Amino acid sequence: MARHIVARTTEIPPGGNKVVDIAGRDIVVFHVNGEFFALLNRCPHEGAPLEKAACVARLTSPEPGVYERSRVGEMLRCPWHGWEFDMRSGQSWFDPNRVKIRSYPVAVERGEELQKGPYVAETFPVHVEDSYVIVEI
Amino acid sequence: MSEVIDRPLRDDEKPAASRLRIVDCDVHPSLRSTDDLNEFLPKRWQHHLKEYGSHLRTPYLFTTPYPRSSPLIARRDAWPPTGGPPGSDLAFMQKQHLDPLDVEFGILQVLDLFIFSQQNLEFGAAIQRAINDWQLAFWSHRDPRLKASILVGQDGTDLAIAEIERCARIGEYIQINVSPRANEPLGRRRYWPIYERAQELDLPLGIHVGGYGGHAPTGGGWPSYYVEEHQSNAHTIAAQLASLVIEGVPERFPKLKFVFIEGGFGWIPSAVWRMDQHFERFRSEVPHLKRKPSEYVRDQFWFTTQPIDEPDEARHLRSLIEWVGIDRLLFSSDYPHWDFDDPRFAFKTPLTEAERKKIFSTNARAVYKF
Ligand code: FES
Repeated sequence: MARHIVARTTEIPPGGNKVVDIAGRDIVVFHVNGEFFALLNRCPHEGAPLEKAACVARLTSPEPGVYERSRVGEMLRCPWHGWEFDMRSGQSWFDPNRVKIRSYPVAVERGEELQKGPYVAETFPVHVEDSYVIVEI
Repeated sequence: MSEVIDRPLRDDEKPAASRLRIVDCDVHPSLRSTDDLNEFLPKRWQHHLKEYGSHLRTPYLFTTPYPRSSPLIARRDAWPPTGGPPGSDLAFMQKQHLDPLDVEFGILQVLDLFIFSQQNLEFGAAIQRAINDWQLAFWSHRDPRLKASILVGQDGTDLAIAEIERCARIGEYIQINVSPRANEPLGRRRYWPIYERAQELDLPLGIHVGGYGGHAPTGGGWPSYYVEEHQSNAHTIAAQLASLVIEGVPERFPKLKFVFIEGGFGWIPSAVWRMDQHFERFRSEVPHLKRKPSEYVRDQFWFTTQPIDEPDEARHLRSLIEWVGIDRLLFSSDYPHWDFDDPRFAFKTPLTEAERKKIFSTNARAVYKF
């Protein structure tokens, strides 16, 4: 597993995303409620680009007529046929064991730390005062 | 069903390498604005459109009764960067759909302005005529891959025939489209003049699901939910298939080709088995039928593939395709709508190269004579 610096934290606004190419893989990094999630940018159904997905809430109904919203912004709804996935795990809502998007570990680290470690990206100038999103593949 | 995708596209999945050369029988262009029709619409009807708009059996001008899961029922990635609704920008359609998927021919299916559901028949005929001209000027003439259909409202049969004659003289249209939700079942004799003319002109009859007729879309009444309404597309056209066959339209017009568009195909085997079974029993009720219903279906009807059925097991899709007949199926994507099918990934079942070729190209080429 290698760690890749993919963005400054300020580069991806809340609710937004950034697509990066890591080792030939199309990865999309989402920023939701202060957290970052990295997923393969292709829906496992027919391959839609997930960068265009809607970030939605989980809507459940414990009984007819009662509706509950939770985890606002943490669910991805595919831009084509609307399959829903949990951003944290990539698991689909309807068949979590069989249908999932590949997800990757994400960390946020300070430039200061990165400059000390072995991970300084050659292509990405790292500044001590910024924080960076790191995706592990 | 799907598995985790954790790999880059293989070369043979990359559009340029696969050279699918597909015929896509269901591509939806949209008006950027109704002003685009002005050059084709007489002033009288331009004013009518502005002052009265559609007269439908649904509420609200220029809306469907509810947003139906995705704004304008479109893929979220299909909104052109230049503005305007999905399907309204040719350059973007070329870049997003026609070029990467290697579409050799795309058949336009226009749904704007509730074209088949207008109750004011003269207004309906005026916008059908304008849209027929617009399809050529804005689409086919700018990209020869895109083929136009003659849209007519069959409840104004005389108006429909006049429009068919006008377009046939232009000679660029590849089929005649009528509504699956007309005032009466499609097999009724009041519609036969259209079928007769279609046969004489050797133009297939396209029947695209949707629209709002005067009847509830299911035999049980109006659905509560979109997911429920979506099921009714299949019921509606299954009923129309039965009506056409049993009222004797293919018997009377043996050279006429019918193409059912966007109704999927999972419902076909049981509909046909049932018709045959009952025909054996009730032959004397319909002595005008000389052959089994399934024989008419096998000879004169084709079905576009989208929305494709997705059984849990791939082999079930495979048998379904065989039951319907590999030569009966015409690939369609429904671009840019939310239930779009990607030709590279939608058929989650093994098909031989020869079978793929039929479904994705040669069947349609034979029906439409490309
Ligand atoms: S491609 Fe994502 S749900 Fe179909």
